[in-house]
Amino acid sequence: MTEPLLRVRDLKTYFVTEHGSGTARAVDGVSFDLYPGETLGLVGESGCGKTVTSLSVLRLIPEPPGHIRPGSFIEFAGRNLLTLAPRELRAIRGNQIAMIFQEPMTSLNPVFTVGDQIAEAAIVHQRLSRRAARARAIEMLKLVGIPDPAQRVDHYPHQMSGGMRQRVMIAMALVCHPKVLIADEPTTALDVTIQAQILELLERLQAELGMAVMLITHDLGVVAGSADRVVVMYAGQVVEQAPTPELFARPLHPYTEGLLASVPRLDAPPARARARLHGIPGQVPASSDWPGGCRFHPRCPYAWDRCREEEPPLLDASSGEPGSHTVRCWLLTEPQRRTTRPGP
Amino acid sequence: MAAWLVRRLAASIAIVWAVVTLTFVVVHIAHGSPCGQSDGRPVAPETCAALIRRFGLDRPIGIQYVKYLGALLHGDLGESLALHRPVADALAEALPNTLTLALTALILDFALGLALGVYQAARERRFGDIALGNAALFVNSMPTFWLGLVLLLLLAQWLRLFPVGGLRDLVLCPRLDSLPCLADFAWHLTLPALTLGLVGAAGTARYQRAALLEVVRQDFVRTARAKGLPERRVLLVHALRNALLPLITLFGLTFPFLLTGAVLVETVFAWPGMGRLAVTAILQRDYPVVTAAALIASVMVVLGNLLADALYGVADPRIRVRAT
Repeated sequence: MTEPLLRVRDLKTYFVTEHGSGTARAVDGVSFDLYPGETLGLVGESGCGKTVTSLSVLRLIPEPPGHIRPGSFIEFAGRNLLTLAPRELRAIRGNQIAMIFQEPMTSLNPVFTVGDQIAEAAIVHQRLSRRAARARAIEMLKLVGIPDPAQRVDHYPHQMSGGMRQRVMIAMALVCHPKVLIADEPTTALDVTIQAQILELLERLQAELGMAVMLITHDLGVVAGSADRVVVMYAGQVVEQAPTPELFARPLHPYTEGLLASVPRLDAPPARARARLHGIPGQVPASSDWPGGCRFHPRCPYAWDRCREEEPPLLDASSGEPGSHTVRCWLLTEPQRRTTRPGP
Repeated sequence: MAAWLVRRLAASIAIVWAVVTLTFVVVHIAHGSPCGQSDGRPVAPETCAALIRRFGLDRPIGIQYVKYLGALLHGDLGESLALHRPVADALAEALPNTLTLALTALILDFALGLALGVYQAARERRFGDIALGNAALFVNSMPTFWLGLVLLLLLAQWLRLFPVGGLRDLVLCPRLDSLPCLADFAWHLTLPALTLGLVGAAGTARYQRAALLEVVRQDFVRTARAKGLPERRVLLVHALRNALLPLITLFGLTFPFLLTGAVLVETVFAWPGMGRLAVTAILQRDYPVVTAAALIASVMVVLGNLLADALYGVADPRIRVRAT
């Protein structure tokens, strides 16, 4: 197997809470690998720590209140990003690892033209002249499918629609041909039809430019369509990790099971289509107060004493290659306890 | 764009007219007479009556107003009652002095305020920010004339670093025609400009800090960091351009403040500008000068606001596009 491009090990990103001295353990010991050219889906409910994980990779967490704990490790091209000097980190940001954000409406600077904003990274990282950078910006706008790129390059963000702006964000992120693209809920703020276009665009660009994509989303539908592998997060931890087809066919963590059962499906048999959509009872607990034992136990239909007392490690459940499917659940040791399936 | 400009100009003229009318009425119905009571020397009643008749001050106020407005439309500001010269001449002498003072103070205000505000925002809640914030609050709450007096006492009287007042050395520099004389003028300008500018800068710094701190929490600043830009560029280019917008509003408000502030500062530093001219004229019931001073002040305020609006267009493309 090839070497991973990005290796995240035991990432812990904590925040000091607003009132007083509490600590929110937003990301609490997350590990995963990203391989060259693949799309990795990072999935979970709001508040499970997926955005904080993605921001931590480029050290974009505001400090204070946040900080990445010593002992965390994010390796890219043989170097630990967490111990890099600011200058070395900047040389990677936007150049080798680029990022696009959830809100295209607010993620672009309103007072600069989209051309200037796209060209900026090329000027900073590749020392292009202004003229060359402008030509590159027009080229990028064309690449992301914006009509009349030569005119659009001089437009301001407010003159564009949400979908257009997200295309501009993508053009901006890809201008230096990064090896890794982190896409944090890139389609959440967009109309459904535009969502599909943006995902297709990302897929096409990934194939053309051969980059790895870390796709953060709460939408399993998005993951099913585009990701090669999936990392499911809950309460600041990775709870299950598997290749996409494997995860959909054989979800092992009760949380993953619940998530899959709560996705509305058009291709479901009529009986199930008429049934009520399944929901996971309760909500993600506050990150300043994770439950003891298994963090999912208060919401888990199978939980027993051991789940309340002892925190499960990530256990290997691979049917094929070792380590390809891991689950943080005691059920793996006592499969006979998986009696009732959640949902109708 | 043209329609907008026409509307703005019409509104501006209306404002200036209203200010002139109000000043004219107030100054005429105010108690007292222009006939020599300000310097305490008694004037013979018949001389007084003759003077009042000569200047037409015995006519009904309505007729005086119409005559004044008519003359004003022809560019005639009238004759000063106390100075015995055309008002326009007195203004032509005083206005440049005040504008020099106000503009120097304005530059000091915004240059210093901007720099301090940015510095404070970059060091949010650390020692430098807190210390400067408290110092700014202290300076900002001082009345300008009092700060003027303190600076005067400290730097001019005790340390003898600056002159105690006046525009320039009248013996060595009757005219500003040589480099040493310009330097002398700048030397005289320092304390009054510092007084006016410091108080303003303290306020501007607080605004700038708040505006910048609000902007740096926005998504596009994170985008700029994610691009790998140096922190200096993130702050001074991406954040600052957006944080300048509230400052332009402040600029429109500051300009009139500097003019009114100049009245007191000019008195403290014996600076022969509009402020001193107006104060003296009010005490002497010199109607034409008072009205003319109000006219000039209102024109300045209107111009300041027009300038602020134009600057908005330059700074914010969203406004620019809507206006055209």
